[in-house]
Amino acid sequence: MADNVRTGEVMTGRVWRFDHDISTDLLSPGAYAIDPVEVRKLHVLESINPSFAGEVESGDVLVAGRNFGCGSSRETAAENLKVLGVACVVAESFARIFMRNAVAVGLPVLVCAGVHEAFSEGEGAEIDLSSGLVRNTDTGSELTGDSLPQEMREILTAGGILAVLRESTGQHLSL
Amino acid sequence: MGMTMAERILAEAAGKDQVQAGEFVVAEIDLALLHDIFAAGVFDTLLDVGVADVFDPEKAVVVVDHLVPAPSAEAAAVHQKIRDHVARLGINSFYDAGDGICHQLLPERGHIRPGSLVVGTDSHTTSYGALGAGGTGIGTSDMVYALATGKLWFRVPETLRFEFTGDLMASVSWKDVILHLAGRFGADAAQYRSMEFGGPAAANADMSSRLTVANMAVEMGAKFGMFAADDVTDSYLREHGGVGSDPFGPDADASYAEVHEIHLSDLSPQVALPHEIDRVSPIEEVVGLTVNQCFLGSCTNGRIEDLEAAAEIVAGKQIAPGIRLLVAPASRRVLQEATRSGALESLIQAGATVMAPGCGPCFGGHGGLLGPGERCIGTHNRNFPGRMGSAQAEIYLASPATVAASALAGCIADPREAESTNG
Repeated sequence: MADNVRTGEVMTGRVWRFDHDISTDLLSPGAYAIDPVEVRKLHVLESINPSFAGEVESGDVLVAGRNFGCGSSRETAAENLKVLGVACVVAESFARIFMRNAVAVGLPVLVCAGVHEAFSEGEGAEIDLSSGLVRNTDTGSELTGDSLPQEMREILTAGGILAVLRESTGQHLSL
Repeated sequence: MGMTMAERILAEAAGKDQVQAGEFVVAEIDLALLHDIFAAGVFDTLLDVGVADVFDPEKAVVVVDHLVPAPSAEAAAVHQKIRDHVARLGINSFYDAGDGICHQLLPERGHIRPGSLVVGTDSHTTSYGALGAGGTGIGTSDMVYALATGKLWFRVPETLRFEFTGDLMASVSWKDVILHLAGRFGADAAQYRSMEFGGPAAANADMSSRLTVANMAVEMGAKFGMFAADDVTDSYLREHGGVGSDPFGPDADASYAEVHEIHLSDLSPQVALPHEIDRVSPIEEVVGLTVNQCFLGSCTNGRIEDLEAAAEIVAGKQIAPGIRLLVAPASRRVLQEATRSGALESLIQAGATVMAPGCGPCFGGHGGLLGPGERCIGTHNRNFPGRMGSAQAEIYLASPATVAASALAGCIADPREAESTNG
C-alpha cells in the first residue's frame, strides 16, 4: 500500500511510463473538478492511456519525462495517484506546485535525470528515496536521483502536511 | 550581498535580514486566496483537523469564479457551503458569483500590496507579481496549513532576470511577449525558480500588460513572476483601492541564475500550438488555419484593454459564418467599463456571445467547451489536451488582437493585416 511507504524504505514496483509535460488536466480533468475522489480516480490519464486507471495496482511506480504535473494547482492531481495506489513518481523534473502537493499529500516523488530513457513500460523499478538510487530490476541499470531535502522528507514521513497539522492542533505550531 | 525580489520578499516574511536561493524558510503569509473549486474542501478539512478559525480573517479572500453561474446542482451546493463557511469564519473579503475572476478582482479591489507574500489555491496566483508582490499557487492541504497557522514553508528560488528593450509594433502585445518567452526558453525553463521582468520596455508596460505576463510566468514553471513596483504600480493602486505604494524592486547587486536581454521591436504576433505552451510559432507560420471557436477572456486577457483591443478590430464588421466568438469579461467592473466605452456593443454587433464574468470555458469546467476535432483560438493560458472539453480538440493561444482578427477571417489571421484593412 502506498500508505505504508515511508522515506528511507526501499520500494519496488511495476513501471507505468509516461512522456514529458504530463499536465494536471490529464491527471485530474477539469470536468470532474468537484466530483468525489471515487469518481475522479477513474479518469486519471484517460486521455492518453485509457487503461491506466483501471489496471494500475497498488505499489506501481510512474516513470516520466520532464515537467511532470505541469499546469494547475489542483492537489487532486497528486491525490488521485496516491488513491490509485501509486507508490512513487520518478521523473526528469516536476512542475513546482505538483511536487509541493505530492509532498503535502504524502506521495513520494523523486527527480532523476535519465530515468525516462532507463525504463520501458512494465519493467520493474527499485527506488530508495533516502539515497535517491533508482534501479531497473529487469535490465540492472542504475541511476542516482536527487534525494529529497530533509524538510520535504519530514512531511512525507509524517504522512503529509495535514498529518503534521493534526499532530500539532491546539499547540504552538512550528514546521 | 544584494537580494532579488523573491529573496527580499521571503526574507521579510521569514523575519530574517538576509536569505539566499536554495535556503528553506518558514514564512508568514500576507494574503491567502481561495476560489470555489477548492474553498469548501479546504474549510471542511480545517474543521476536520480541529481548527475552528483561520489565522486572520482579514488576510483571507474567497472568490466564487470558476463555476459561475452554477452549471449544476452540485456546483450550486458547493457555493452554498462556501457562503456558510465564509460567514462562520468572519471572512469579509468575499466575492460571489458574477463579481469576476480572482486574479482580476484582487488587484482591482486593492488587495495586493508590493512586497507582500500571497498564496492562492490557483496556479495563476503568480499574477500578483505584476504589482511587485510574491504571488504563488499552492494546493489545498498546504492552504489548510497556511490558514490554520498563518505560515508555510518555502524554498527560496533562484531568479531568472529578463531585460526588455525596444517598442512593440502596433497590434503586438505583451501576450505575444510571454508566448515568445515560453516558446524560446521552454515550459520548464523557470521550474522552481522566480522570474523578474525589467528593463526600459517593462517600465513602460501598463498594469494590464504586466498582469498578463506575470499570470503566465507559471506556464514556464515559475514560483513568482515579478515586475518592480514603480510609478505605474503607484497610479494603479491609487485608482484601485485608494492607497498608493512606494517603489519596491531587487537590490542593485542582486545575484541572478540567468539574465536575458529581449528586444521587442521586431516581434511578430505569436501563437502557441497544440498541445504544449512552448510550441510557439510566429503568426506568419500559422495564418489560414481554420477555427471553430474564438475565445476572448480569462485572467490572462479578459481586462478592459483586451476587450477594447479586440473591439477595435471587429468594429463595424461581422465575424465569419460558422464561427463562435465567446467573450467573458474578467470582472463585473470590466463588463461595465466595456459597456460604457462601446467595446461591448462592437463585439456583440460583430456576432459575439457575451458570457458571465468568470473563468468560463478556460479551465474546461463548463460553457463553451469543444467537441472532438474542433479547433479554438483563445486569449487564455493553457492548451493542454482536454483542457477545454474533448481531448481530440485543438487549442491555440494568442493575443486579443489575433483572436479578434481570426474571428473575422474564420481562420488564424494576422491582426496587423486586419488593422491595415480597416485603415
